[in-house]
Amino acid sequence: MGKTLYEKVWDSHAILQREDGQTLIHVARHIAHDGSCHAFEFLQDRGLPVRRPDQVFATPDHGVPSTSHKIAAISDPEQRRSVELLLQNTKKFGIVHFALDDPRQGIVHVVGPEQGITQPGMVLVCGDSHTSTHGALGALAFGLGASDILHVLATQTIWQRRAKSMRITVEGKLPLGVTAKDVILTIIANIGANGASGHVIEFAGSTIRSMSIEERLTVCNMAIEAGARAGMVAPDDTTYAYLAGRPFAPKGAQWDKALAYWRTLPSDEDAIFDKEITLDASALAPMVTWGNSPEDARPVDGRVPDPATETNPERRAYMLRTLDYMGITPGMALTDIKVDQVFIGSCANARIEDLRAASRIIKGRHAVVPALVVPGSTQVKLAAEAEGLDRIFREAGFIWGESGCSMCVGMNGDLVGSGKRCASTSNRNFVGRQGRGSRTHLLSPEMAAAAALTGHITDVRKLGK
Amino acid sequence: MCANWGNKLQPFVVLEDIAAPLDQSNVDTDQILPARFMRRPRKGGYQDFLFRDLRFNEDGSEKPDFVLNQEPFRKARILVAERNFGGGSSRENAPWSLSDFGIRCVIAADFGDIFYTNSMKCGLLPVQLDIGLCNKLREQLHARPGMRLRIDLPQQTVTGPDTATYRFTIDPFRKRCLIDGLDDIGLTLSYDAEITAFELSYRHRFDWLFDSPR
Repeated sequence: MGKTLYEKVWDSHAILQREDGQTLIHVARHIAHDGSCHAFEFLQDRGLPVRRPDQVFATPDHGVPSTSHKIAAISDPEQRRSVELLLQNTKKFGIVHFALDDPRQGIVHVVGPEQGITQPGMVLVCGDSHTSTHGALGALAFGLGASDILHVLATQTIWQRRAKSMRITVEGKLPLGVTAKDVILTIIANIGANGASGHVIEFAGSTIRSMSIEERLTVCNMAIEAGARAGMVAPDDTTYAYLAGRPFAPKGAQWDKALAYWRTLPSDEDAIFDKEITLDASALAPMVTWGNSPEDARPVDGRVPDPATETNPERRAYMLRTLDYMGITPGMALTDIKVDQVFIGSCANARIEDLRAASRIIKGRHAVVPALVVPGSTQVKLAAEAEGLDRIFREAGFIWGESGCSMCVGMNGDLVGSGKRCASTSNRNFVGRQGRGSRTHLLSPEMAAAAALTGHITDVRKLGK
Repeated sequence: MCANWGNKLQPFVVLEDIAAPLDQSNVDTDQILPARFMRRPRKGGYQDFLFRDLRFNEDGSEKPDFVLNQEPFRKARILVAERNFGGGSSRENAPWSLSDFGIRCVIAADFGDIFYTNSMKCGLLPVQLDIGLCNKLREQLHARPGMRLRIDLPQQTVTGPDTATYRFTIDPFRKRCLIDGLDDIGLTLSYDAEITAFELSYRHRFDWLFDSPR
């Protein structure tokens, strides 16, 4: 029987398997950020060294303000301390660090692929749930808590049981105005926020194949929002073309050797998945969430659901509580939801293609609500500025920020006020995610741009020129 | 309190204590522990930040309708929830806050994958029971507040107020670590020879990962 992509990567990193089924997995690479401070503290309290400092890469992102990249400008002392600790710890242990003033700084999940640190067929971990993003390149990548990060720092390994496999096959051509974000929001709406629990998802099919790496990164980013251990896409010529020439990608004879390995990775034709799901891309629409879970996504031309028609009592209770928190009424058109502000950024949608797509919508027009755009990395910011995208955003009334997690995570000064509503390209619409009392509607960069122009949720397909 | 800075955890064997019903699905990690508290030093304790925005108003006063602000649930050491508890972020601060508050076991129909793993790393036992049983247990706890549940980890059972007993599954390795109060680093380091040998062969197979720029 053939093997899946996941099984191939798993097998090539399995050091040993215990009788109880637990497998000790070698970690190829670990990406650290300012939130890694707890794990470094635990390590030093135990007097343990970093086992493979040459395979750890670090950059600050979560607590970084979008207004300035000077450490002294971080007003929150806890965030400043965490960024300073990352600087100290990476120096102490000899870890590559793209510091705040380094042109390679950015959100860990943007920087890894961008620098070529993330590569097909490797096990990659980071103390952040959106590590699933890196699976877009064919890596097995998952987020870990502080104790497991401590374990990786000390041993360069992790204990795991093999997950089940799920293949989600998306076939067909995406209609105009429908993006990778809409594909993954539709998938989560279909299978549920924990629908892939215990599984590693492989995204496959002609739609995924024809996506750029940046689009695949958006899809895999939100695999965790479906509850998956990881999301992956088999590497192909698009992957190799993306990686070629990147700073940490192999060169010369090593490139040829790596490429030969990468080409063995795609799932064998006779590989069997524990679960198979298919999706018709041509039937998709731009999506927007109405509630406090990414599974609450609906086509933008739809309506806010009505709890009165919900037969499941738990679901009904959830809907009632959520509609109250979100301040919207059952049955109203999603496009009638007025927004107070717009955020374009985060590890879901802050790469150069995302910024280009949003800028095409707003070019020559003006935002009617406050709007913030924060590139996913300093490299993305520099590239966007070289193309003049920053000018388009600024002229449209957007604030153009310094790269970092910004308004996605509510801990670096970029907040949505209590009771305020934000159309956001980020990946979580949880209660209080963007700040206490914040109301988040998830959507694509194009849809966020459209909402900024009109002040309400807008079907980008119907936005007149 | 879980003690990640040492290598000893509070062992979990049998727990018989007050259980609180939490009638909400999708209690994500942002609600368990809001992001703004994530950089607090571990040693300071996280109990005050648990369910911060569900438990407290912005002025710091308690929200009287939240279950953990009500007697006898203030002293609950077991939480019975609904579906998808702990979905979302990888922040181990979420189980720290539960554990520091005194909660040693959370029962739910399903858990966020990373939360589930993190919990066991700090001595908090996540118990997965069928949604029907979770609902039934919560109804019983509402009807007779202060009733105790008995969690027997060696036997892998939950015994309800009506003495009905339900079995749950748990990974045998994690079960052993919880009962002994051990984390896995010591064990892993005992495999140092295997790890070192693997690293040598890995370096040969994947040499391009070791010659990249600094």
